[in-house]
Amino acid sequence: MTKIKMHVLVCGGTGCQASASAQIIENFQRILAEKGLQDEVQVVRTGCFGFCEKGPIVKIMPDNTFYTQVKPEDVEKIINEHIIKGRKVTDLLYMDPENKEHVADSKHMGFYRKQLRIALRNCGFINPENIDECISRGGYEALGKCLSEMTPQQVIDEVTKSGLRGRGGAGFPTGVKWGLCAKNKCDEMYVICNADEGDPGAFMDRSIMEGDPHSIVEAMAICGYAIGASHGLVYIRAEYPLAIHRLQVAISQAREYGLLGDDILGSGFNFDIELRYGAGAFVCGEETALIHSMEGKRGEPTLKPPFPAVSGYMAKPSNVNNVETFANVPIIITKGADWFASIGSEKSKGTKVFALAGQINNVGLIEVPMGTTLRDIIYEIGGGIKGGRKFKAVQTGGPSGGCLTEKHLDTAIDYESLAAAGSMMGSGGMVVMDETSCMPAIAKFYLEFTCEESCGKCSPCRIGNKRMLEILTKITEGNGTMDDLQELRNLAAVIKDTALCGLGQTSPNPVLSTLDNFWDEYVEHVVDKKCRAGVCKKLMSYEIDKEKCIGCGKCAKNCPGDAISKTDYIAPGHKLPSMVIDSTKCIKCGACIAGCKFGAISVK
Amino acid sequence: MAKVKSLAELKAMREKLSNNLDLREKSNDPDSLVQIKVAMATCGIAAGAKQVMEHMMEKADELKLSIVFTQTGCMGYCHAEPTIEVKCPGRDPIVFGHVDAARADEILTKYVMNNEMVEGVIPVNYETI
Repeated sequence: MTKIKMHVLVCGGTGCQASASAQIIENFQRILAEKGLQDEVQVVRTGCFGFCEKGPIVKIMPDNTFYTQVKPEDVEKIINEHIIKGRKVTDLLYMDPENKEHVADSKHMGFYRKQLRIALRNCGFINPENIDECISRGGYEALGKCLSEMTPQQVIDEVTKSGLRGRGGAGFPTGVKWGLCAKNKCDEMYVICNADEGDPGAFMDRSIMEGDPHSIVEAMAICGYAIGASHGLVYIRAEYPLAIHRLQVAISQAREYGLLGDDILGSGFNFDIELRYGAGAFVCGEETALIHSMEGKRGEPTLKPPFPAVSGYMAKPSNVNNVETFANVPIIITKGADWFASIGSEKSKGTKVFALAGQINNVGLIEVPMGTTLRDIIYEIGGGIKGGRKFKAVQTGGPSGGCLTEKHLDTAIDYESLAAAGSMMGSGGMVVMDETSCMPAIAKFYLEFTCEESCGKCSPCRIGNKRMLEILTKITEGNGTMDDLQELRNLAAVIKDTALCGLGQTSPNPVLSTLDNFWDEYVEHVVDKKCRAGVCKKLMSYEIDKEKCIGCGKCAKNCPGDAISKTDYIAPGHKLPSMVIDSTKCIKCGACIAGCKFGAISVK
Repeated sequence: MAKVKSLAELKAMREKLSNNLDLREKSNDPDSLVQIKVAMATCGIAAGAKQVMEHMMEKADELKLSIVFTQTGCMGYCHAEPTIEVKCPGRDPIVFGHVDAARADEILTKYVMNNEMVEGVIPVNYETI
């Protein structure tokens, strides 16, 4: 009887799929069958491993070999060398950038060493479309434990004791939230999962849904039992087709096994889940706007109170939680609240998943205990700044958050410390910036986003954000004044205080935090009309080096603004006079640089 | 697939299914388990190392031993194939030569389970990472 000797795990997250991981899987299956090895080697498509910078990832078990940047053409080599002959393919192994050595197993990689994967416990390990694999890792046992050994109040108490706080960004204690909803028990209540994940660059929730959808299904059922609801709704953004598909498969498999539906595990408890799709509005990540969107109305927030716990979907008591919050629930029930509370810092328990992006070497998804320092995340796990450049700032919390600078590098990350530093945890997006990033331009970028996404219901956000954007545009185009900077601060303070929902209340954060931490850069833009990062095009001047210029005149011919003319100066060794650019006529299009074969034109 | 009717049934399913994921579970922390490497280069294969490995895997299952099996390339002891290297946690790795099904059983029951030395050890004079 041939036994499966090896498992080949191939990352099937969206990132790696975009890099042909589906082709890699197909090649493995085809070539293994050709060589008659299909009964000895199992090929499994898993969820996201997190090391997205080095994808597509292929992991070979049992010898725990971690292959990076695998291409479909490499599959034959891996099969011939590693699977058949037992020799690792060294050029596909991860190379540690510091000591230039190949590292074969992920335990020893800087990226993974300090991570503690709890919410991502099954991602990259199981096939998310196979409920059996999920069950063999203990899936649905937490639900079973709740239904047969715990009362609803005991479940709420356990979640409260664990210290789990909302991972969507606001950090409200989850157990308390469940308790508040349970108090309004009636015949029709709803468990709602917020899977909108609107922050640009954030993909924590996506990876959890693609890699371990059953954990969400199970958690929602547990929540339903705790608060007394038998309906579950997942509001998922339409831009996540793979996550939608995996959730649909998970829900239908759970129904097949009787883990969703009537009389779950013989307990008499009924629960089922429906998917509802978003349509591209960031504001629908706000819980009241989300609910209204599901009701078929325009996605606009409404005043709280009344909170959804009292009057939510269809005016019935509803509990809304984020995907990552739910992902932590089953393991809290299984391993206990005390275990969860032993991880993290005093007020922020457990771990947090972060999406590392920007100018950092190891771009990808990480999960670390709360209380890990920024320095560890950026330098040890993230592998430092790309190109060896200098760290400038890190933006946490997306368009609602602020920038942290070098002086914050030793801050232990948790809800309180980030808020104290002028930022916020947010949903977990972390964008790292180096000296090539212009802070006013970054603030402008986030404000462009929030302006676009504002629902328009309240004036502070609708009009205030637009005015802030206008000022920032003026500044980045060289027309700003010192009065403008003061005006920005005033506007920001008013909008923060008076906006109706979280979108407006937090949209001034990037502006305020960059003004506070990078005041000099703003003044430089306004007074000196200079952009030190070289980003704001309108502040750049195009100059011809008169020593390098040979006077061929190509630039003048290319210039659409007629801004280039001859000087009287002939450089030593040249025959023709050098050219010069009139900066008042220059429209900074770059056509001159494109045509110059002598590298004589530069942008300052 | 039939509906799961109770928590007890779910737990029983887990027991049954855990074998499939066993290989992956074990590989996450190989140092805490017994690791057996089977030399499977040309000489190894010619000497029947593949059958020995399969036999050992079945036997290990029977005896309920937690062992991670890997096949490797040539270990250098071509004169004594099939060879296996056995590393038990806390002990140095030991290479056994001329391993056939019977010797394999002996190694598992005597050396792995009871730490009793078995004949046919090949002295190792290099270290592997």
